[in-house]
Amino acid sequence: MGNFLVWVVWFVAAAACLGSGIAVVTMTNPFYSALSLIGNLASLAVLYLLLAAEFLAAAQVLVYAGAVMVMFLFVIAYLGGRADAPWAGGSPLLQTAAVLAAAAILVEIVVVLGLAWGDELNGSAEISESFGSPAEIGRLFLTDHLLAFEITSIVLLVAAIGGVVLGSTKESRAAR
Amino acid sequence: MSGPGVGWYLIVAAMLFGVGALGVMLRRSPLIVLLSLEIMLNAGNLTLIAFARQQGNLDGQIFALSVMAVAAAEVAIGLGLIVAMARRGMALDVDRASVLRG
Repeated sequence: MGNFLVWVVWFVAAAACLGSGIAVVTMTNPFYSALSLIGNLASLAVLYLLLAAEFLAAAQVLVYAGAVMVMFLFVIAYLGGRADAPWAGGSPLLQTAAVLAAAAILVEIVVVLGLAWGDELNGSAEISESFGSPAEIGRLFLTDHLLAFEITSIVLLVAAIGGVVLGSTKESRAAR
Repeated sequence: MSGPGVGWYLIVAAMLFGVGALGVMLRRSPLIVLLSLEIMLNAGNLTLIAFARQQGNLDGQIFALSVMAVAAAEVAIGLGLIVAMARRGMALDVDRASVLRG
């Protein structure tokens, strides 16, 4: 019974994930696209929970669906949400090529998955109760992956400075 | 494991990646291109986390967390560029932004 419930939750989350992903790409209004991406990120967080990644699911909702998407929505509101149809402009040749290339990527990945399909791919290791918990992730970040942790902080600092530099104008620099 | 195996998550990730790639190549608004890029990054994250679960090794989750931080940085810079483009009165169209000169 528990097994069945997991399948149901997985199916609903995966369907919501793909549906909202397609909505992001096909919506004409960027505001609706951004809102669909929030749904996409939230349903991905459910999949993360099913994969025993509790901390990542929380971070996904807080960082992505919260902070990043709010920034997106602010910029879209600032720019006035100009609608552009997914198929508008551009040569039909390029559009066909884009669809074919995306389909080729998908087919390649699915074929590789199909070749590897079996118990080895679908089996899973026994995990402890604390797998994916904040404490465990934090311990790894401060021991085995300290360098990645520090580099991440530098990347974020540089991005923040870059955002300020890109956002400043001649007038705002003159006012200082 | 009870419930779907890792392969099922990988298939969802593959489809998400395909959708994101389609959006990046098809759409012309830089905002939608950035949003589609997020979908692709998240598809990669889902793969990392699925394999972390399969192997019982947390390194994949650490990697996914780093990807999340890089994605946040990328969004900050990308949105800054888009706002700068809009301020200079440039068309918000990736096909027409083909010179680096401001």
